[in-house]
Amino acid sequence: MPLVETHEIHKRRFGRNFGTALCLIGFCAIVFGLTIAKVREGSLLEAHDHQPRASALPITEEISQ
Amino acid sequence: MSDFTAQTGSVPRTSEGEAGFGDYVALLKPRVMSLVVFTALVGLLVAPGGVSPMIGFTAILFIALGAGASGALNMWYDADIDAVMKRTAKRPVPAGKVPAGEALSLGLWLSVISVAMLGLATNWIAAGLLAFTIFFYAVVYTMWLKRSTPQNIVIGGAAGAFPPVIGWAAVTGDVSLASILMFGLIFMWTPPHFWALALFMKSDYHKADVPMLTVTHGRAETRKQILIYTILLAPVALGLAFTSVAGPVYLATAVVLNAIFLKGAWDIWRRDEAMAEADEYAVEKKVFRFSLFYLFLHFGALLADALWRLI
Repeated sequence: MPLVETHEIHKRRFGRNFGTALCLIGFCAIVFGLTIAKVREGSLLEAHDHQPRASALPITEEISQ
Repeated sequence: MSDFTAQTGSVPRTSEGEAGFGDYVALLKPRVMSLVVFTALVGLLVAPGGVSPMIGFTAILFIALGAGASGALNMWYDADIDAVMKRTAKRPVPAGKVPAGEALSLGLWLSVISVAMLGLATNWIAAGLLAFTIFFYAVVYTMWLKRSTPQNIVIGGAAGAFPPVIGWAAVTGDVSLASILMFGLIFMWTPPHFWALALFMKSDYHKADVPMLTVTHGRAETRKQILIYTILLAPVALGLAFTSVAGPVYLATAVVLNAIFLKGAWDIWRRDEAMAEADEYAVEKKVFRFSLFYLFLHFGALLADALWRLI
């Protein structure tokens, strides 16, 4: 007689744990994929480095007709 | 683990009450989810602009998960009436497979996760609409209207009508006339669809004290209401044809389908219970089956027009 008896409850718990694991792995994959997608579609970022730059200044000149 | 192993043969209570993964999936009402996924997908695909496939996939996934969350909250709150109705007695909570508290916490956590992830993936307008939809279904419909008015199906149907609006907002960040008409299409379609079913399904809602129109106002009134809502549905469905998202395929589909649906509703209105029982509710069953195709084909036609424009 085996030391650990296999019961139907083991199968159900395994199924539940396996399903939960798949959901967590899937969630991680989605967050990763979403991050890649967001970075690819985003515009270039310019951090503020305390130096005046043309791109960081507001437009002051009037647009000529 | 060892103490658990020792219990396996001697404690049947644990064995009976232990839910499997499928029981938690059942809490999310996967059948309802399929309609949510389809209509939200169409809303997302026909919206001007477009999003990357990964963001679109994520948006649909979390809209579906939000719908599932509201389903779990519904099953938590309605466990008492589900237990007395034959159709719902085998649901995980009344069947004793999942404790009511677990259904509640699953519903709440999935609500938070789905709204937060939709907001992060797309925008907070779409996330706000999803949060409102969950609130509307779980609180306004489940906790309030379902048990208090025979119009529960009419107003509660709004929760099922929001997914295309959310799909649209996920792309555009706003709500437009086209998305409101997509909402209106599902909203106006729900009462005749459900009441046609209620006419031939001898449900036991009265046992659970749930006021259904067939019980509170009678079957003749239900037949009249089916006709009224089908008449009101037609201009909404045809109105969508004149927005930027629709084209010739949708217009032709809407004209034909609404003519058939109106004829079916008219036939239902002209009949009485004796006639219906004589042919075992053949017309009511036919109209109910047709109503499923009606919605699917309208949204399918919107998709076809969107593809047509791409070619």
